[in-house]
Amino acid sequence: MSTYSLSDGLASGAPRLSRAPLLATWIRESGVGVLASIAWIALGLSCLWWQDVGDWTRTHSLGIAAFVIAAIALFGTVGADYLGSAGKALHTRAPWLLALGAFLTVWEIATAKFAWLPLPFFPPPQAIIEVYTDDLPKLLDSVFASVKLQLGGYLIGATVGFLTGVSIGWSRAVGYWVHPVLRFIGPLPATAWLPIAFFTFPSSWSASTFLIALATGFPVTVLTWSGVTSVSNAYYDVARTLGAKPSFLVLKVAIPAALPHVFVGLFMGLGSSFAVLVVAEMIGVKAGLGWYLQWAQGWAAYANMYAALIVMSLLCSGAITLLFAIRDRLLVWQKGTVKW
Amino acid sequence: MVATALAEAVAHSAAGAALDIEQVSHAFDIDGTELAVLSDVSISVEPGEFVALLGPSGCGKSTLLRLVAGLDKPKAGRLREDEERIRSPHPSRVVVFQDPTLFPWRSVWDNVALGLEAQGILKSQRHRVDAALDLVGLSSFRNAYPHQLSGGMAQRVALARALVNDPKILILDEPLGKLDSLTRITMQAELVALWQRKGFTTLLVTHDAEEALVLANRVIVFSDRPARVKADIRVDRPYPRHRGDPYLADLRRQILGLLGLDATW
Repeated sequence: MSTYSLSDGLASGAPRLSRAPLLATWIRESGVGVLASIAWIALGLSCLWWQDVGDWTRTHSLGIAAFVIAAIALFGTVGADYLGSAGKALHTRAPWLLALGAFLTVWEIATAKFAWLPLPFFPPPQAIIEVYTDDLPKLLDSVFASVKLQLGGYLIGATVGFLTGVSIGWSRAVGYWVHPVLRFIGPLPATAWLPIAFFTFPSSWSASTFLIALATGFPVTVLTWSGVTSVSNAYYDVARTLGAKPSFLVLKVAIPAALPHVFVGLFMGLGSSFAVLVVAEMIGVKAGLGWYLQWAQGWAAYANMYAALIVMSLLCSGAITLLFAIRDRLLVWQKGTVKW
Repeated sequence: MVATALAEAVAHSAAGAALDIEQVSHAFDIDGTELAVLSDVSISVEPGEFVALLGPSGCGKSTLLRLVAGLDKPKAGRLREDEERIRSPHPSRVVVFQDPTLFPWRSVWDNVALGLEAQGILKSQRHRVDAALDLVGLSSFRNAYPHQLSGGMAQRVALARALVNDPKILILDEPLGKLDSLTRITMQAELVALWQRKGFTTLLVTHDAEEALVLANRVIVFSDRPARVKADIRVDRPYPRHRGDPYLADLRRQILGLLGLDATW
């Protein structure tokens, strides 16, 4: 009896959801996507409507690109049901797409069209795009040089730091000799070594590698060390009663148990090595994004500086993402790790 | 717990070893002053015996277990396993601690495999890990990580990790102390079954007189620190034992009296 009346109610209830609430749902679901589309249309219009106050070659292309993005946003929103995961991805990112479109529109109007912000210190978006299209080879060369220098120095620093940390955590004798040196040298900012490094090393490249390794090595050493010493004795007892030799205790007990600490060290080392990389490139090395920034400033090429900054930020963020991905892989056994 | 044919097939361990504890005394240095924890303890354990060590908390029972395991060296006296001096840990004497102390970075299977891996024989002996997991009924959790296990399951894994080595002496340091009472009763029965099947010598530290009487065929009562043997009681009752057994109840009253608790019981 009760089930009968329930299904009856459902059947009669469905048509009663008339058009007005449907529209409200649609607006709630897709409104942001449509607004995002409108924001990008506004960017396109603002590019093409007024004359540029300066001489930029990519204004027209930027306008067209804005319209294309607006069209993608609109169709992606309207047809979200047919696009599967892509439609869902667009839906969750719609607020950001809206904010970005609005920001770029304001930026475009405030710089290229009415110059409310002083030129050339605040170049319009099309000027930065121009850098990416016209100065690409030089930019790519710089990216390559920076990545090469950073990767070499970081890997050396991380390896040496890890091995040092394990050694002083494990052996009292090593700790006796290394700990004071670590305390004396470690807290010194690696950049303080710049003047000495650049004339004691055979090349500015090797000097920079050394400095980056130094900046990476200190936090990695300290955290690996603290990780190894904080391993509970109970783990060693268990392993020893099961027949473990000292090498097993280091490789299969101490190091895996210390790994969460090691990754904190690797993360901190990555941050401080970025700083050293940029400073080293600005001062000594004649290549890389730091050098590109310096060079652009010399020519008052502010658009190039912003372009290089954006690339640099993507690279640094990418490096951290990569590190976190490796960590998540190795530390699946931990629960509740931070999602980068 | 499922006792499968596979588990039976691998239950090939030789019987337990004899253990001789001869006039063992031990002390800790705490800020320069010497704190005696064991005083002239002599116990002779027959191969295959199940001996419970009972005493007030902090009396030095666990210290004695560490000496038997070879994790520490006694200040005086000798310990021997089958006439051979105990000088260092050996996989023939495996300890199950109060905390399961599973390695959180290893899966259940890898935790159980620890002993064989440490001895460098895992490659040819992988089936023993599977058999040990079967023995404690956790085969379906082989890929789980320790943080996904309940307390009872974790302690079962710790037991499997010990048993996979086919120990001659199994050393249990209050392994059931932190479990809830239901899990505890179940695991007591499992322990007796495993011991009967495998025949290893068992040394169990506990502070629970009832647990000692249900499990062991010999209960040794220790005095307060420094611990000395106060009584050595034979428990001649067939297994499985019942908690309500008047014989055991009588022994329990005696033991609690030795521990100075007769007034309350």
